[in-house]
Amino acid sequence: MLTKRIIACLDCDAGRVVKGVQFVNLRDAGDPAELAAMHAANGADEIVLLDITATHEKRKTLVDTVRRTARKLFVPFTVGGGIRSLEDASAIFDAGADKITINSAAVADPSLITCIAERFGSQAVIIAIDARRIDTDVARAPSPAKNSFPAEVYVSGGRKPTGCNVLDWAREAESRGAGEIMLTSMDRDGTRAGFDCELTAAVAAVVSIPVIASGGAGSPHHFVDVLRKGCADAALAASIFHFGLESIGELKQHLQRAGVPMRWPA
Amino acid sequence: MITVVDYHAGNLASVRKAFEHLGCEVQVTEDPDIVRRSRHIVVPGVGHFGATLQLEQSGLREAICDALNGEALFLGICVGMQWMFQGSTEAPGAPGLSLFPAMIEKFPCDVKSPHVGWNQVEILPGSRLLRDVPDQSFVYYTHSYRAPVVDGTVAKTRYGADFSGVVERDNVFGVQFHPEKSGAAGLTILRNFAELAC
Repeated sequence: MLTKRIIACLDCDAGRVVKGVQFVNLRDAGDPAELAAMHAANGADEIVLLDITATHEKRKTLVDTVRRTARKLFVPFTVGGGIRSLEDASAIFDAGADKITINSAAVADPSLITCIAERFGSQAVIIAIDARRIDTDVARAPSPAKNSFPAEVYVSGGRKPTGCNVLDWAREAESRGAGEIMLTSMDRDGTRAGFDCELTAAVAAVVSIPVIASGGAGSPHHFVDVLRKGCADAALAASIFHFGLESIGELKQHLQRAGVPMRWPA
Repeated sequence: MITVVDYHAGNLASVRKAFEHLGCEVQVTEDPDIVRRSRHIVVPGVGHFGATLQLEQSGLREAICDALNGEALFLGICVGMQWMFQGSTEAPGAPGLSLFPAMIEKFPCDVKSPHVGWNQVEILPGSRLLRDVPDQSFVYYTHSYRAPVVDGTVAKTRYGADFSGVVERDNVFGVQFHPEKSGAAGLTILRNFAELAC
């Protein structure tokens, strides 16, 4: 049976793993290569490395970090942050990544999705979408309908609103050749209050490619919720794993007991 | 020496890295003469079946067929495995090697496509490639087209219906999933291939 995936995310800055709450207040959490290997050994189905403060000067650091992290990693490895061109993507693939995520650059120029997908295959292109609810009062938000959901796409690390609706952008990304969507709820990111299941389900309903839910993981039942009610194909979390709140093995056993198909033992 | 055929379809770094991790020497080449002389040939591939036309036009197909006649060992991965069949409805103008008599077709509409993630293989007895791989092992798939179960199928995966996860006959082997991304089970498969004597 095709399992749901648990993805460990390493947010990196200048070659170190960091994690903030709602995109700020960064704390050092360790070496990416070591953490990636540890998560894979503990049962992570996939590793994502996001360069969250990518700048031109740090680009070389990222490629080195990717190469070092990829060397002994034999599960799918995704890298994102600051990828703006086919050349940027090629350098990351050459360093050993299997997939890249693009966010701001794809919004600015959606043809970039097609360009990278034609060269490396759609399976290698994940569109990362940072979405914030327009009405942040969850209780009053309307239930998700097929064609509308009140959330807006943000770019530039969550700093810039685009005016674009999350469902419209998800559909466009798929039609241009994206292989997966990594959907981060900015409202939930770093809060450990649970994933935004309504947002995730709304996006999953309008695309046929896999949707990876991100933002808000705080306990095992949050994963059960988003993988069932949220209709996510995969769930991603970062800080929950680094600080020993939950091992991936324990988490997967919990999910399996709750009836969510998991790759376990890994 | 493992020869990984570069036909400009996607990313070869992971396949190379996995064989190197196992202690194999690896050469990545697009030179038909090098391929013709190789004993272990790997054709990886991601993306579109139409990319295999490059193998046709570059003389690599002919070189691979010559090597196979000389009993080289061949491993096709993902689209490389699909290429071992007659062809694919994804790119009707691109002929496959016809080592297995069937067409590659898209998953039916009743399952979500692409099929992405970890799924299990039901292993049939007698496979050389799958020696020491436990039945029902999880492997990593990412594809929208698949091969039906045929005479040479040695592992099946269920997604909607059964399809061929691994095919094998004499000196030719094909895997639809990505052994280089499938943890310990995948590395065992690559090691088995590298250790097979011609």
